[in-house]
Amino acid sequence: MIDKRVESAAAAVADVFDGATVMIGGFGEAGSPVELIHALIDQGASDLTVISNNMGSGEVGLAALIKAGRVSKAICSYPRTANSTVFPELYAAGRIELELVPQGTLAERIRAGGAGIPAFYTATAVGTPLGDGKELREFDGRQYVLEHGLRSDFSLVKGRIADTHGNVLYNKTARNFGPPMAMAGRCTIVQVEEVVEAGALDPEVIVTPGIFVNRVAHIPAPAHESALVAAGATYP
Amino acid sequence: MSQPSDRVGLSREAMAQRVAQDIPNGAYVNLGIGIPELVARFVSADRTLIYHTENGLLGMGPSPEDGKGDPELINAGKRHVTTMPGASFFHHADSFAMIRGGHIDLCVLGALQVAQNGDLANWSTGEPGAIPAVGGAMDLVAGVKSIWVITQHTTRQGDPKLVEECTYPLTGLGVVNRIYTDLAVIDVTPRGFQLVELSPGVDEAYVRERTGAPLLPIREGAVTS
Repeated sequence: MIDKRVESAAAAVADVFDGATVMIGGFGEAGSPVELIHALIDQGASDLTVISNNMGSGEVGLAALIKAGRVSKAICSYPRTANSTVFPELYAAGRIELELVPQGTLAERIRAGGAGIPAFYTATAVGTPLGDGKELREFDGRQYVLEHGLRSDFSLVKGRIADTHGNVLYNKTARNFGPPMAMAGRCTIVQVEEVVEAGALDPEVIVTPGIFVNRVAHIPAPAHESALVAAGATYP
Repeated sequence: MSQPSDRVGLSREAMAQRVAQDIPNGAYVNLGIGIPELVARFVSADRTLIYHTENGLLGMGPSPEDGKGDPELINAGKRHVTTMPGASFFHHADSFAMIRGGHIDLCVLGALQVAQNGDLANWSTGEPGAIPAVGGAMDLVAGVKSIWVITQHTTRQGDPKLVEECTYPLTGLGVVNRIYTDLAVIDVTPRGFQLVELSPGVDEAYVRERTGAPLLPIREGAVTS
């Protein structure tokens, strides 16, 4: 019998190792797996490479992980957003490396990684500083740059509901990077508000099939980053 | 935003309204953050546009009333939004397949500089020490069928934003089709900037003085407002 549930967020991230590459879902606070990130802070792994669209706000969630000094490199499209101070400070101090990637290239690199595609060509960033030094190739008279697929050791994703086989549904625009990151993770961990038995979800509406999910953590009332920031919360 | 009464050219709202007049019914449209977002307010009721936001929603509706927002229903500027009938949610790779695969009809963006060949700079001033951030701008300009820029004609310091060659880091090469400023509507053509329309009370010489590249005159028979 398959049951991908783990007993807690702590158990879900227990084996994240120093130096791991970790994809973290979310676009701003929407889809940010705050409880899994906090469990990762408690767990202590360091020298992480984090792949995420933004780099958190306030001093909770992803920003708290960065503030704790656990992240040595960020692969990201937009590392400064409202209430985002932790990343800019560490970046300015030279304590965190940044690989800036156009948002669509980031999404496609993750999708490609998960689909076994090592690299692909795209017109995005041709002739710009983010295309500099990349292999160029012409197709039908247009220039494209070569971009490489991304995999992760662990992907941390927030869904709304999952079944025991790891089939996942999301909530509105909190879906964002979840499905491609789930595909690209060697170990994908999903936190959801509700867990149901296999068979309870309509197979026609599954967004992330369970084959892409290794662990399901039940977090019944997940925190929203903006509410934590507004309350002046910090973590730990 | 109030404007001094002696101001020459269009207000931000009037610029957005001018852009809204030109968007065809049924278009799939992505509006950038800032003045472009205002465009949706001015689309006439006889037209239905379908708004795409790159964080995974087609059929985006206006912001909800204060206090009614859902933190998991936001736009690319991370503001609370709503959904319209017929809306759909999708993940980021699909969202950017819509953009990069040429499925979106029109993107309206802000600009730091536009060059006469259509090069766009709108993501970075290249200042040393600045935290670089690009978001989806490079994908949008590379993949969307038409790229319109909406911008003030000059910087706050009075420097031209329409130039022979961009000095800021580029977002894309030869990507801009049309520019709407407070002073004029200008097309980017193989021969350079083509003046299409002057804002009310603005003359051609005034625009020319504030443009950093040659400007082809309004063509015979073209309609000016």
